[in-house]
Amino acid sequence: MKDANKIAGSEITPPAVYFNRRNFIRAGILAASAAATGVVYRKLNRVATGEIKTAQLEGVISASAATNAVPGFRVDEAETSLEDISHYNNFYEFSTDKEGVASAAADFDTKGWRVSVEGLVNKPQVFDLDDLLKISPPEERIYRMRCVEGWSMVIPWAGFSLSKLLDVVEPASGAKFVAFETLLDPRRMPGQRSDVLNWPYVEGLRMDEAMHPLTLLASGIYGRALPPQDGAPIRLVTPWKYGFKGIKSIVKIKLVATQPRTTWSEYASNEYGFYANVNPHVDHPRWSQATEQRIGESGRRPTLMFNGYEEQVGHLYAGMDLRKNF
Amino acid sequence: MKENDIRFIKLLILVNGAVPLALLVWDQAHKRLGANPQNFLILTTGMMTLIFLTLTMAVTPLRKITGWNWLIQFRRMLGLCAFFYGCLHFLCFFSLDRGFSISSTLTEMLKRKYLIVGSTALILMLPLAITSTNAMIKRLGGKHWRALHRLAYVAAICGVIHYYMQVKADVRQPLVFAAVLSVLLAWRLVVYWQRPKPAPAPAPAVKQG
Repeated sequence: MKDANKIAGSEITPPAVYFNRRNFIRAGILAASAAATGVVYRKLNRVATGEIKTAQLEGVISASAATNAVPGFRVDEAETSLEDISHYNNFYEFSTDKEGVASAAADFDTKGWRVSVEGLVNKPQVFDLDDLLKISPPEERIYRMRCVEGWSMVIPWAGFSLSKLLDVVEPASGAKFVAFETLLDPRRMPGQRSDVLNWPYVEGLRMDEAMHPLTLLASGIYGRALPPQDGAPIRLVTPWKYGFKGIKSIVKIKLVATQPRTTWSEYASNEYGFYANVNPHVDHPRWSQATEQRIGESGRRPTLMFNGYEEQVGHLYAGMDLRKNF
Repeated sequence: MKENDIRFIKLLILVNGAVPLALLVWDQAHKRLGANPQNFLILTTGMMTLIFLTLTMAVTPLRKITGWNWLIQFRRMLGLCAFFYGCLHFLCFFSLDRGFSISSTLTEMLKRKYLIVGSTALILMLPLAITSTNAMIKRLGGKHWRALHRLAYVAAICGVIHYYMQVKADVRQPLVFAAVLSVLLAWRLVVYWQRPKPAPAPAPAVKQG
């Protein structure tokens, strides 16, 4: 009888084959693990891209053709691409990840949008968006945008000065400040489901700031309607202030007698002030504000006083201690 | 474990540790790092440092719990990966954020608390990287070497605090790192408390009466 335990010499794997098989398995483990690591990396480090297909705005008066242009309406610096403007920005109502806002806001529906203008005004009114936009034709305004985080852009907005809206509702004599409010709707704005900020987002301006011609009620970028991620359908732009003052998706504008509360200064009053004027000499408590990363450029550039709009707005703050009123 | 297997494990970590770097370089070359590539590079290299530090800290608990002693072979390479990405993180800050200016790098680093904490983490990792060779382990002796390498705990804690300190409002991600790290450190504390105590010296006999 044959010994069952005895392995015939012919059955033993030759060493050369055995080691090859081992190397083969090892190469497989290496490749598979590297691929898995790559996939995990890609999942964690998504970069946002995409086209903007919002409606083309009609009758936009180009910044170079405007006859009533105020110095500062048109910055002579390279414009940031629409792709970057629309895929790198803060809008906590949708995501706290600057590159996650665009996709989170993609389905945001602004149909039937209304803006209530109320408070200390002679003619309070709830505007349908279309009526609001008819107050004045959209003008192209090419502004610098400086984020408090230390990056900046040059953005061709479309809109008209907030003062034109305020003129329609006629501010009463007691109105000293303007308070703004963003839509509160956690179903449409998923970021509002977490309490990272105290919703709704609120902002405010002093009356003279609100009436300044640079202060823009914007409804478009690059001649198109604002994409949802940039504050559709209507937002504020104050180019000499840090970006967070530019409240997005506005539903309420209220004229008031006392300085209104503002979201970021309420969140951390030692870091974010009511005025939030761009100022290279007053650092954020945690980081420097002396320089900025212009999106699309390689090196950092020096940050300008009032973001380069000192000539236009400097007088508003004459005699004020800008270290205290940051 | 055979010499051959150890070499393979080293290679495995090396290749996987290089994957994020390779993808960063690839994406940079193809302009696919998004609108703010400078920030992306700084953030991602910092993130990789924290991930590798956390993985390094996970080796010992995992080894003790599973009894797979060969896991120890991963630890040194993981730690070196963390140190490598930490250096890269600093170089990105130095070049992209501070424009290769030594004076502005130093003033910023001394002025900003989050940078002081971050630099502390990196500086603490330096002696650990230097003493990571077999020869150094022998020279220091196991006991001293282990004591020195407990600095890794401090470095990891500093790293997470450094991340937490610069987040504007959404602290969820740094808190995830903090939570994982806490578990890994708590495990060590529990093991330390439950270590077999040296038998108490017999009480001196008291003479009765």
